[in-house]
Amino acid sequence: MAEIELRQVEKKFGELHAVKPLDLTINNGEFIVLLGPSGCGKTTTLRMISGLETVTGGTILLDGKNITWLHPSERDIAFVFQLYALYPHLSVRQNIAFPLQAEGESRDLINKRVDEVVEVLQIQHLLKARPGKLSGGDQQRVALARALVRRPAAFLMDEPLGALDADFRESMRAEIKRLHIDQNATSVYVTHDQVEAMALGDRIVVMSEAVIQQVGTPNEVYYKPANIFVANFIGSPGMNLVQGVYSDGAVKMPGMDNRYEVPEDWENTLKQSLDDSDGLIVGFRPESAAVAQDGNLVGNVYAVDMHGAYSMLHINMNEHDIVHIRADRMVNYSIGEDIRFNVDPQMVRFFNPASELAITRREVE
Amino acid sequence: MSDLELRNITKQFPGVKALDNVSFEVKNGEFFVLLGPTGAGKTTTLRCIAGLSKPEAGSVLFDGELVNELTPADRDVAFVFQQYSLYPTMSVYDNLAFPLRSPMRKVDEENIRVQIVQTAEILQITPLLERKCAHLSGGEMQRVSLGRAIVRDPRIYLMDEPLSNLDAKLRESLRVELQHIQKTQESTTLFVTHDQIEALTMADRIAVLNKGRIIQIGTPDDIYDRPATTFVAELVGTPRINLVKAVRENGNLLVKNSKLKISLPEDWDPPADFLLGVRPEDIKPNPEGEFEGELTLMEPLGVETILHLTSGEQTLISLIPGMTDFKIGENIKFDINQERLYCFDNKGISLLC
Amino acid sequence: MSNFREDGPGYPVTEATRVDKVSPESRIFGKLRALIVVVIAVIMLIPVFVMLMTAFKARSDIVSSPPTVVFEPSLEGFVFLFTERAVVAKARQEEFKAAAETGELSLVDRVAFEAGQQVTGPSDYVDRLKNSFIIAGLSTIFSVGLGLFAAYAFSRFDVLGKDDLLFFILSTRMLPAVVVTIPLFLMFRQLSLNDTHLGMILLYTVFNLSLAVWLLKGFIDEIPIEYEEAALVDGYSRWQTFYKIVLPQAITGIAATTVFSLIFAWNEYAFALMLTSDNARTAPPSIATMLGRGGIEWSAIAAGSLGFLIPVVIIVFALRNYLLRGVTFGAVRK
Repeated sequence: MAEIELRQVEKKFGELHAVKPLDLTINNGEFIVLLGPSGCGKTTTLRMISGLETVTGGTILLDGKNITWLHPSERDIAFVFQLYALYPHLSVRQNIAFPLQAEGESRDLINKRVDEVVEVLQIQHLLKARPGKLSGGDQQRVALARALVRRPAAFLMDEPLGALDADFRESMRAEIKRLHIDQNATSVYVTHDQVEAMALGDRIVVMSEAVIQQVGTPNEVYYKPANIFVANFIGSPGMNLVQGVYSDGAVKMPGMDNRYEVPEDWENTLKQSLDDSDGLIVGFRPESAAVAQDGNLVGNVYAVDMHGAYSMLHINMNEHDIVHIRADRMVNYSIGEDIRFNVDPQMVRFFNPASELAITRREVE
Repeated sequence: MSDLELRNITKQFPGVKALDNVSFEVKNGEFFVLLGPTGAGKTTTLRCIAGLSKPEAGSVLFDGELVNELTPADRDVAFVFQQYSLYPTMSVYDNLAFPLRSPMRKVDEENIRVQIVQTAEILQITPLLERKCAHLSGGEMQRVSLGRAIVRDPRIYLMDEPLSNLDAKLRESLRVELQHIQKTQESTTLFVTHDQIEALTMADRIAVLNKGRIIQIGTPDDIYDRPATTFVAELVGTPRINLVKAVRENGNLLVKNSKLKISLPEDWDPPADFLLGVRPEDIKPNPEGEFEGELTLMEPLGVETILHLTSGEQTLISLIPGMTDFKIGENIKFDINQERLYCFDNKGISLLC
Repeated sequence: MSNFREDGPGYPVTEATRVDKVSPESRIFGKLRALIVVVIAVIMLIPVFVMLMTAFKARSDIVSSPPTVVFEPSLEGFVFLFTERAVVAKARQEEFKAAAETGELSLVDRVAFEAGQQVTGPSDYVDRLKNSFIIAGLSTIFSVGLGLFAAYAFSRFDVLGKDDLLFFILSTRMLPAVVVTIPLFLMFRQLSLNDTHLGMILLYTVFNLSLAVWLLKGFIDEIPIEYEEAALVDGYSRWQTFYKIVLPQAITGIAATTVFSLIFAWNEYAFALMLTSDNARTAPPSIATMLGRGGIEWSAIAAGSLGFLIPVVIIVFALRNYLLRGVTFGAVRK
């Protein structure tokens, strides 16, 4: 297995800066997810690591070795595509054996490895079939087997679950996770679905507009987003962000006479961060707010969604801000009703509206 | 806006019955969702309603009137396709104007402009009006597609998985917008999807379709709380409902291949062999819990965490709010909410409804 | 010398390409490939070039051995092509010589005299070219037009026996012309279509139709049907959706099909030779039959071929962008 290091790696297509110079270290055995919306540069970054795309600048190292200009086949990396890329004229077994045959391995070794990998992915019953006849999930398993059989230093996966139906995605996701725990292989996984990223990643690299926004564990990007983009992108729906005016230990939010008392431990930090302007963005996640009769904040119910195990209230705080609050499914809320709610002060985050960065509090140890 | 009714629609393709005796009603102003996996017949149903496909048997009625013999143009429905609905060589404005310029309508240019400006406002695409369609992002394209439908002010909106090709985040935001537009305009909408979250969050009522047959029709709550079959139970809810084989023994339910023994709920009378259903959110870790299992996999999603708990050879999936300190391999004690258990016979039919 | 594997190509790569494609080996290979292609292209063009030269050579240069590359250009070929001539009688040679020196003879006459001949009237070359234009042009228009409608129907509608019909249409292309010439000749004679423009136009239209239907069906198949269905639902009739939506998107396919059909009709030789004689004869047979009129007049043949070549070259050049797309259609399916 291996450590992958990217130093100032960048990619331009003509004048378009697809990936701005980025630094990233992927530890041995780590499952790293590159997450972001379409066009953010995540797939291009993945392709540069694999060699399917040239770098415009920077260096890529695999276990200390400079692989930036090595042929893709010389990098000891396996690539799993979104559309499986299985050879339609070969049987499943032949597909899986193919990479080893290409490397000229002995027949005994090939058989042994193929059997191992087939066992891990539970596809013994598919060995004689042609890829064209298999379901999406099965095809993806074969693609994973083909990558696995090479025992490469690292796995690169480009939105492998994107082409599957929603229900398949869930079970394949768990399988990939289980596979990773089993094999402990260094993996780089690209997706635009933040649920996938959270479920699978040891660490998540959130990207937007060719730049890394934050690198952190699921816990970190969820509870301590570095900026507004991450706060919004992670979580379904994203973090509620309400802009208000800060003065005297409280944030006054527009509309409906809403005043949020800032917890004491934040007061100093806020006073320092916001020297001139007094604009402040208060952020809280839907599950950190709770409907309460005597709640501090008030809004008007705009819509109610059923999300299966819970309901999501869309609350209009003023004409610009709609916040989402998780609520008990069993309680009926009517559209147009005024509703009071509280926000858990431990879970609140503050952002600077001008820089869009999170305001971090020096942790008192 | 109109009512819609389908009576006994059957559609046959060479070798496969795409729709088998499909019947349902959509009330005026309702947001009705057709939910089902790929190949269930959802798109075929939509096409029969629009007049793009002719059913072998059955009737389609708008406001009680038979429309079987009417051409698509005469039915006055708007169809939003999953893709390829915008003419790439025309500007956004011309695309929006296209339906209005049809010879059927004879709307003059001045009125067309008014309509388009209004629609663009609602969908927030006013700055895009002069652009060529090839230069739009995925989300913008779908908004314009929706605009083409809205600008016509039809009797019924038919939408064929319009959000499927979009990024997850974009899907979320467009979903909310779509709901809002539908509510304000009070339009009768028939929306097709394979994504159960879309169905649950947007629908007034849902019809679950599989292999050309309607399995169940109901409100999101009905479908979620009282699924008629295991198929429906598995279709809605993330993570999926736990369905395990169980046997009845002396007033208890024993889950096969595990050590789990649950006392029989009061009004239950299952056969000796049956399928037990438990939703993940009804399995709650509790240090004093009644049951025990080994944590074999954990998926932290931030807002909640998915735990895979294994007892014997059976794995149950539990959903708990927030993050947790549990470690893989740990033995976890948990409770099961016995008021929310489901019971299905071996053919998959619910024994509770 | 820098090592590509260590240092890379030495310049920032700003295009979408794989790593192995920017290595020095890869680039040398690319240049080599380009060179080979250019060489082959030049070799392919040699006959054309020779023809071009021959059109401007005097007779002596043409038959000389080894062939001359540098020569004094002469308009003899063109004059021979465009005129009927007769050999100048010995008696009148002095007369002509005198007239040539005093500048009384026109250019054409002078060139003719240099070969010992005098002009008696225009040849029928221009007429033949005109026939080619009319017959090839009209038949192309008809075959592409009819083919378009047929292709649309095959593509969009449930035609009874569609696969069989399509195969049958394709099979007409498999016939060598020679096989049907005699029956056609007899049929034409019976219908008095022999040596008529109408007869040839009909014939070429029918022969081109198979190609047109197949090519156009492929192009129309590529246009997603959702566009038309959206229009139908919006209130447009089938004809209007065809006209407003399918046609604009099929324009490149139509251009490509037109070029292919035109080239076939324009170059067609066998039928033209056997089924026409005087009235409706097109250029290809007539250029060939210039052989054997007072000796083989290579320059005239070359000049005639050149004149014959030029219109098609112009049209294909004008439509070259469409052709490129036409050659690769259907190769990539989404």
